[in-house]
Amino acid sequence: MVNALPASAAPAVTESAFVRRLLIGTSVLFLGAFLLVPLGCVFAAAFAQGVAAYAASFHDPDTLSAIRLTLLAAVIAVPCNLAFGVAAAWAIGKFEFFGKSVLIALIDLPFSISPVVAGLTYVLLFGSQGWFGPWLAAHNVQIIFAVPGIVLATIFVTFPFVVRELLPTIAAQGNDEEEAALTLGANGWQTFLKVTLPNMKWALLYGVILCNARAMGEFGAVSVVSGHIRGLTNTMPLQIEVLYNDYQFVPAFAVASLLALLALATLVVKSVVEWRAAAIERPSP
Amino acid sequence: MSIAVRNVTKTFGSFTALDNVSLEIPQGRLVALLGPSGSGKTTLLRIIAGLENADSGEVQFDGRDISDRTARERRVGFVFQHYALFRHMTVLENIAFGLRVRPRRLRPSRAEITARVGQLLDLIQLRNQAGRYPSQLSGGQRQRVALARALAVEPSVLLLDEPFGALDAKVRQELRRWLRELHDEVGVTSVFVTHDQDEALEVADQIAVMNAGKIEQVGTPDEVYHNPASSFVYNFLGNVNLFHGRVDNGTARIDREATGHLLFVRPHALEIGRQPVGPNSLRARTTHINAAGPVVKIEALTEWGARVQVEIPQERFAALGLRKDEEVFITPRDLAIFSNDKRVS
Amino acid sequence: MPSFAAGLRRKSIIPGFGLTLGFTVCYLSLIVLLPLAATFVETSKIGWHEFWRIVTAPRAVAAYGLSFGAAFIAAGINFFLGTLVAWVLVRYRFPFKRILDSLVDLPFALPTAVAGIALTAIYAPNGLFGRPLSALGIHVAFTRLGIVVALTFIGLPFVVRTVQPILEDLDKELEEAAVSLGASRWKTFTRVLYPAIAPAAITGFALAFARGVGEYGSVIFIAGNMPMRTEIAPLLIVTKLEEYDYSGATAIATLMLLISFVLLLGINLLQRWSGRRGERDAPERPGLSPAMV
Repeated sequence: MVNALPASAAPAVTESAFVRRLLIGTSVLFLGAFLLVPLGCVFAAAFAQGVAAYAASFHDPDTLSAIRLTLLAAVIAVPCNLAFGVAAAWAIGKFEFFGKSVLIALIDLPFSISPVVAGLTYVLLFGSQGWFGPWLAAHNVQIIFAVPGIVLATIFVTFPFVVRELLPTIAAQGNDEEEAALTLGANGWQTFLKVTLPNMKWALLYGVILCNARAMGEFGAVSVVSGHIRGLTNTMPLQIEVLYNDYQFVPAFAVASLLALLALATLVVKSVVEWRAAAIERPSP
Repeated sequence: MSIAVRNVTKTFGSFTALDNVSLEIPQGRLVALLGPSGSGKTTLLRIIAGLENADSGEVQFDGRDISDRTARERRVGFVFQHYALFRHMTVLENIAFGLRVRPRRLRPSRAEITARVGQLLDLIQLRNQAGRYPSQLSGGQRQRVALARALAVEPSVLLLDEPFGALDAKVRQELRRWLRELHDEVGVTSVFVTHDQDEALEVADQIAVMNAGKIEQVGTPDEVYHNPASSFVYNFLGNVNLFHGRVDNGTARIDREATGHLLFVRPHALEIGRQPVGPNSLRARTTHINAAGPVVKIEALTEWGARVQVEIPQERFAALGLRKDEEVFITPRDLAIFSNDKRVS
Repeated sequence: MPSFAAGLRRKSIIPGFGLTLGFTVCYLSLIVLLPLAATFVETSKIGWHEFWRIVTAPRAVAAYGLSFGAAFIAAGINFFLGTLVAWVLVRYRFPFKRILDSLVDLPFALPTAVAGIALTAIYAPNGLFGRPLSALGIHVAFTRLGIVVALTFIGLPFVVRTVQPILEDLDKELEEAAVSLGASRWKTFTRVLYPAIAPAAITGFALAFARGVGEYGSVIFIAGNMPMRTEIAPLLIVTKLEEYDYSGATAIATLMLLISFVLLLGINLLQRWSGRRGERDAPERPGLSPAMV
């Protein structure tokens, strides 16, 4: 954005005004049709029968338990992946070792796997016919078609988010400050907490927010492991599907509107993070 | 604390950064490691600090082998080339860092820390900037903060990696002087790395000239400048004119063709005049004269096409009234002869 | 520190290598590698012939064909329009540009189910876009076209976000040089600018494609889900699971996994070719790195 040519740049190096307007118009139309309209539609449909109907959607006990379950899954998945993300970013960003690129590729895996396939792999592990099925049954532990399975599937699909945000930052900042801290007498933990962590706080924050948004919104993987038991193993996205298939459109869109608000909040945080991070890195006059 | 480096070797893959290097740094001295890029000087400094591990050899502090100690345990003050200030901490917090991370029983009280940091802020004359962040400081200010931060923990050794490399010429000059005065006041054994020979000559008590992983010469600035032990040292520490020559009954003669000896003459050690003076006078033609500066720099071309640079004082130039494209005679006053890179005369 | 770990890497004085790498590998193995291993092992139990029979069944072939075909078309649309959007966002100023720029990431942040029902509502025969389109005889919802629309939505940010940084870093002087040498604006674009952004655009295309192939939540609402016509591959897997046809589901899942790996490999190679590995993102922009699907 720093390098953007102003519209009044020397005529030789930019398009004619007509072409510019045409391109801008096409882009705005495209974005409007594909982004703004669906977003607006969610809220329009949610409030189609007025605010009262909207509020009433949240009195349904099944919906409420879906919201609770979604929050639970996020509250467990995000910290786990946060711990992993920080550890992996440290190991990968600060050291050179054999097999590093293989490790990075493996961490990227959940991104390229269809969420349905992800859910299936957990069914094959923990389902009644799965590898651990008999053992789990013997100990009366249920993972698939129960809450633990949902949490695990959520962890799987949001696995790489924090690492992916931290890695570029950690790698680009180099080891100088950490080495300085060591020469000044700090031990490993002190160095990490006082020097490394503050330097990556914005990337960390954004990674967590994104991880959270995806954790709450995951559909395909959770759909496979959940069993769709109303009031028990439905998360918010699954509940949306249930309501929608029951032709209860206003409640479906009402729940959807909550998730849409979360998405918008995520985007806002991203903008703030980018702005703050750029401000810090800008050299002083 | 005196430092001794004994037979240190360090390779990075197939690249030998240090080749069996040994060096003694006496207590309280300010020593410069001088050399071009790739000479191994920064690697040596980092090995002394414990930021790199040598492949073989040892490092001793006060005669004790400390090769096994980590950087943290060695308690050296290290000033990084790009300052490595903690960007999210203020100047004050940066300087106080080393004191604050000490284990509880060794940690000074908050009042003591404040007092010590205040002393250092006065020393570096940045008391008013204590609450600022590194991004709000100029390069010279950041460098001073980095120095104060390293001094705060009262190290017995101070190591500086190209401390003034990234600064403007004027700021560099001031900080050089300031470092010298600081060292005289604090008296801690210091080693700094530089590729700038003026800096080393001006600031250091002793210079170790390095090249391609080896130490070429160690000596006072006077020694390395006037008695360079090898042609590399001669060449690196100032401008030089190069001639082919030979030694004839103890006196040096300049020849037109290669004879296996190299003759080095500094530009200011050449006499220039309109008459030949002795058998070593070279006939030449002036090609370029630059009279703007403390000395006058004249470029000339000898009969056989060799380029010569001569520096003479302004008074001498005024007396001669030389012009471009004039025939002159150039006589060397002070030659150094190297055969196979060993000083012969 | 365990000597095993020490032997693996060049010695560094930064602490914590053994601890962090150990934790990373353990976590990775438990969460990702173990389940994947289970899938492959279970598939191998099916036996090659049975596996082949399942994955080449007409219904399955129709499903992949649909998933791949729709993903390809959607990624193609995003290739062109995404590049256009990136260009417009970087080069021009217009009202609400910053808001639109932020919104480009909406498909990343919005849950797929929400996108699914929203798109269905819009393109259904009585929907905002559906009604005028039906009048023109174009049916979107519950047809293959609807699937393409949904996948276009999902893939929108990929090309835009991979091309944008490249465009931002492009030196203005390149264009000035071209113009001073006599090139027209169009020539400058095709010969100077486009080659610079093509690798990123192609990488974005590949990412959008890979994502589209596996997409589930946003598609199943708008698709109609009729076998052989509008049934995507992930849905086929779910259907088989519901019918307790575990081997069938596993076989198809394995095939999709293998294809994902190949695509992932291809994308990594593409990124290396175009000189970006995601780490190129400057630290001051913790944006979504291009490999994020």
